[in-house]
Amino acid sequence: MKDKILEVSAIENGTVIDHIPPKALFKVIAILGLDKIDNQMTLGSNLQSKKLGKKAIVKLSEIFFPDKDINKIALVAPQAKLNIIKNYKVIEKKVVEIPDDIIGIVKCMNPKCITNSERIITRFKVVSKNEVKLKCYYCEKITDQDNMEII
Amino acid sequence: MKNKSLVSITDFSKSDYLKILDLAEEYERHPVKDILKGKVVATLFFEPSTRTRLSFESAVNKMGGKVIGFSDSSSTSVTKGESLYDTIKIVSNYCDLIVMRHPLEGSARFASEIATVPVINAGDGANQHPTQTLLDLYSIRKTQGKLDNLTIFMVGDMKYGRTVHSLLMAMSQFNATFHFISPDELKMPEEYKIHLRSVGLRFYEHKDFTDIISEADIIYMTRVQKERFSDLIEYERTKNAYVLKNKMLVNTKENLRILHPLPRVNEIDQDVDQSPKAYYFAQALNGVYIRQAIISLILGLN
Repeated sequence: MKDKILEVSAIENGTVIDHIPPKALFKVIAILGLDKIDNQMTLGSNLQSKKLGKKAIVKLSEIFFPDKDINKIALVAPQAKLNIIKNYKVIEKKVVEIPDDIIGIVKCMNPKCITNSERIITRFKVVSKNEVKLKCYYCEKITDQDNMEII
Repeated sequence: MKNKSLVSITDFSKSDYLKILDLAEEYERHPVKDILKGKVVATLFFEPSTRTRLSFESAVNKMGGKVIGFSDSSSTSVTKGESLYDTIKIVSNYCDLIVMRHPLEGSARFASEIATVPVINAGDGANQHPTQTLLDLYSIRKTQGKLDNLTIFMVGDMKYGRTVHSLLMAMSQFNATFHFISPDELKMPEEYKIHLRSVGLRFYEHKDFTDIISEADIIYMTRVQKERFSDLIEYERTKNAYVLKNKMLVNTKENLRILHPLPRVNEIDQDVDQSPKAYYFAQALNGVYIRQAIISLILGLN
């Protein structure tokens, strides 16, 4: 049954981002700037998933991301899987990997950090990838997973 | 080091530290040198810090330079809503070097990116205060004759004290053994312990401030601040447990010296001041030499 539902919205060429935690769907949309593009896209949320219980999925027609861009979503959806589609066929599968540096996506959780009072693009070094911990390049404080806010 | 900003103690290498300390020694022997003639140093103090500012200004004056700046932001365009970005852009035009103290963390790193002249961080909130650390290193080397293989006791607030964190990072390059004495609420944060483990250094944590200090080469005292406690009864209970008194120094080593970044409140009893092991006032004087050395190295004028 599930397969059938997915078939309906199958795309000819583009990218499918699967295994997104439902809670992270709108963060993924924000990180990739999907609210600002005109391409055809299908979003599904709270779908059945063996792995996550429930999952969200995004299908983007005629969009292919460079690795450095798509890897940014690993911050909120570390288990996301990518399927690259050409002529209705999956020609490549990819996993996402948290990059070593995060630039301009996350807000520093330190209220006394200069990035929260001047117009500055935030910059973090990823000091832990399993349990995500980001060290602010400016104030040198750690922003952890629980306190991560996407700009 | 020429034209390089000094924002964080980790910006400079071990050999840079030693170069700064050697030059500071030279300034201690000959404090007055006219090498900053025609140079202008801006001291931008967005929050007041009398001791740090005066020691920087004294350093510039002894080298024949001129100082412009302000000692708190209330008399500046900041009150009109000017951004730090604009302030730094403008001030860069008026000087050869910026010395800045600012209440927000990361402000000095940001300023160093915008400024067209080098920036020395004189304290950015609770984050970094590298010239304090360098003067601590200078005081340690001067009193112990070396920096390697020392046993350092840090007492009081290990959690929020930026001076202990920076000193720990710097001294961890010199094979130090550390002892941290603090209440449970103010223990050394995990990230620093991880660092010490990763470089293979020994450290010990203690709750009681007792005669364990007999092994110490250096005791670094800090203030236990009331505002760090959520439970004020707990504060009243702990504040007197981390006070150094002269009688505690009986069985300590001859070479022991007591340091404190100052200002002190009550954590060092005044009866310690007379002890030859008390070094905190001389430590403050060393701040001028170390700042002379840093300024002249960054301007490439030594």
